Amino acid sequence: MTERDRDVTSSVPSEDVVPRQRIQTTDAVPVPAPAPRTDGARPEPARATVFDIRDLSVFYGSKKALDWTSLKIYRNLVTAVIGPSGCGKSTFIRSLNRMNDSIPSFRIEGQVLYHGHDIYARATNRVEVRRRIGMVFQRPNPFPKSIYDNVAWAPRNLGLKSNLDERVERALRGAALWGEVKDRLKVSALSLSGGQQQRLCIARAIAVEPDVLLLDEPASALDPVATASIEDLMHELKHRYTIVIVTHNMQQAARVADRTAFFSLDPQERVGTLVEYNDTNVIFSNPADTRTRDYVTGRFG
Amino acid sequence: MTSAAPSELPYDPTAPLTPSGNLRRRLIVSRITQGMAVAAAFIAVAALAIVVFDVVKSGASVLSIDFLIKDPSQYGVGGGIRSTIIGSAIIVGLGAVIAVPIGVLIAIYMTEFARPGSRIAGLLRMGLDLLQGVPSIVIGIFILGLITEPRHQDTGFAGSVALAIIMLPLVARSAQEVLRLVPSPLREASDALGVDRWRSIITVVLPTGLGGIVTGSILAVARAAGETAPLLVNDSTAAPHLTFNPFGPMPNVPVQILTASEALNPAGFATAWGAALVLLVLILIANVGARFLLARSRRKLTG
Repeated sequence: MTERDRDVTSSVPSEDVVPRQRIQTTDAVPVPAPAPRTDGARPEPARATVFDIRDLSVFYGSKKALDWTSLKIYRNLVTAVIGPSGCGKSTFIRSLNRMNDSIPSFRIEGQVLYHGHDIYARATNRVEVRRRIGMVFQRPNPFPKSIYDNVAWAPRNLGLKSNLDERVERALRGAALWGEVKDRLKVSALSLSGGQQQRLCIARAIAVEPDVLLLDEPASALDPVATASIEDLMHELKHRYTIVIVTHNMQQAARVADRTAFFSLDPQERVGTLVEYNDTNVIFSNPADTRTRDYVTGRFG
Repeated sequence: MTSAAPSELPYDPTAPLTPSGNLRRRLIVSRITQGMAVAAAFIAVAALAIVVFDVVKSGASVLSIDFLIKDPSQYGVGGGIRSTIIGSAIIVGLGAVIAVPIGVLIAIYMTEFARPGSRIAGLLRMGLDLLQGVPSIVIGIFILGLITEPRHQDTGFAGSVALAIIMLPLVARSAQEVLRLVPSPLREASDALGVDRWRSIITVVLPTGLGGIVTGSILAVARAAGETAPLLVNDSTAAPHLTFNPFGPMPNVPVQILTASEALNPAGFATAWGAALVLLVLILIANVGARFLLARSRRKLTG
C-alpha cells in the first residue's frame, strides 16, 4: 500500500512540469464529449451553456489561488466541484457570482461568461449578477427574523411584492420545507434545526427565482439525515435551476451530480488547478487522470 | 507503555489524593489573589453604594410631590424642579436627536463601507477616541464662541449642541461595536440574494443590532444628562420658569444644583441634594433599562 503511494507521488512531479498544457488537454475532452453521450443515454437535446469560464485565474494579493481554469457549465444539470481542502473549490464557485469582491486584495484574470455576458465586465452590476445567480453557504445563515420574513425578505427588497404569500409558499414547497413549517411561519427561523435552517436558506434563495443556484458545501455542517434531504432536494431543483455544488464528500457528488469537476492543489506552487472535468460516472469509474483516480478511490487525502 | 512501569514515576501514584509538594503553597497564593480580586470588586460597588446612600439620605427629605411639580425659586433656595427637569430633558433630548443619527451613520461607515485597515477609518476612530477625551469645559467654551457669543444670549440649544458633541463619540463607538457583532454570514446571505448593500443594512444589519445601538445611545444620553460644564458656560442665566423654547435660556438641573449649593441659605443644600437625587435616579433607571434592552437583543441574536 505505502509503496504504491510512493510510486504515485514520485510520478507526480514529472507531470507537473507542464501543468498548463495538461489542463488544456483535459479541458478539451469534455467539450466534444456531450454530443455522443446525449445520443446514447439522455433523450434531451444538446445542452445550453450557462457558464463559459475561460482561462480563469484568481489572485488574493500576490498569491495565486486558482490557476487557468476553463470549463463550461450546462443548463439544468447539477455540476459538482470536488477536490481536497485548499484546492480553490470555494474560490472558484464564489467567483461565479462575485462573492469574492468583498475581499480587498481579490483579482481575477480570464473571463467568466454567463449566457455570453462577462460577469466581470465594467458595465456588469454585481447586485444584478447575484439576483440571477443565488448562493447557499456552508453554514445555515438565516436572518434573525421569522421563517416567513426570511423567505419574503429578498422579494420585498427587490420589489416583487405582489402575491407575496404565494411566493413564500412556493419557495418553501420548492425547498421541501412547507409541510414542516406551514403552521409556524411567524416563529423565529433560529428555532429551526440545522437541516431545516439550511433548507430555509435554499427557500430564501429560490424565492427570487434565480437562474443558477450555487451551493458551497451546503451539507457539510449537517447530520446524515438532513444531508439526505438536501440531496433529494437537489434532484428536484435541477428541473428548474442550474446547480453548481461544491462538496468535500465524493459520495455526495456521485449521488447528486451529472457533471463533476475535480480540482487539485499543485504540490509545488500551492495553487489550485482544474485536473479533470467530465460526466460524473466517467470521473468516478474511468477518470483520465491518475490524480483524479487517486482522489476518487480515496488514496489521496 | 507509560503505565507499564509505575516504579519509574517520580511520585507514588497510590498515595492519598491530598495536596502534596508545593501545591499547598500554590493553593494559598491562589486564595490570596482571589481574595484581593473580590475585595477590589467590592470597593467599586461600595463606592457606588456610598454615593447613592449619601444622596438618598440627604435628598429624600426634600422629595415630595410639591418638589416635583413646582418650579425653583428665584435664588435656588426652596421650590421644586419642574422647569429644570423638563429643561434638562429637552436639552439632552435635542442633543441626542443631533448625535444619535450622526453617530450611527459613522458606525455604519466604519463597519460596513470602509475597507478593512482603511486609513480614513483608522483616523476617524482615533478622532472619536480623542473627542471622547476632550474635557467637557473645552467643548463648552467652543460652543460659547460658536453659538452663544454671536447670539449674545444663553440658549438651551447651545447646550444641546455641546452635549451632542459629548455624546457623538460614545454613540458612534458603541454602535460600531454592536454592528461588528452582527454575524458577517448575514451580510453574505443578503449580498447573495442580489439586494443592495444599503437595503441590507437598513433591513437586516440595523434591526439585528438595534438593541445594542439603543443601549449605547441611552448610556450616552445618561452620561450627557449629568454633564455640567457646557451648560454652565452656555445656559446658566435662565429664569426658573417653565419654558419649552430651546432657542432661549432654559433652566436645567445641573445649573440648578450648582446655584442651590452655592446659596448662603443652608436650605439651598437640601434643594441641591433633592435635585441630585432625582437626576441620579433617572440616570440609574436609564442605565438599567439600557442593560435590559441589551440582554434582550443578545438573546435575539443567539436565538
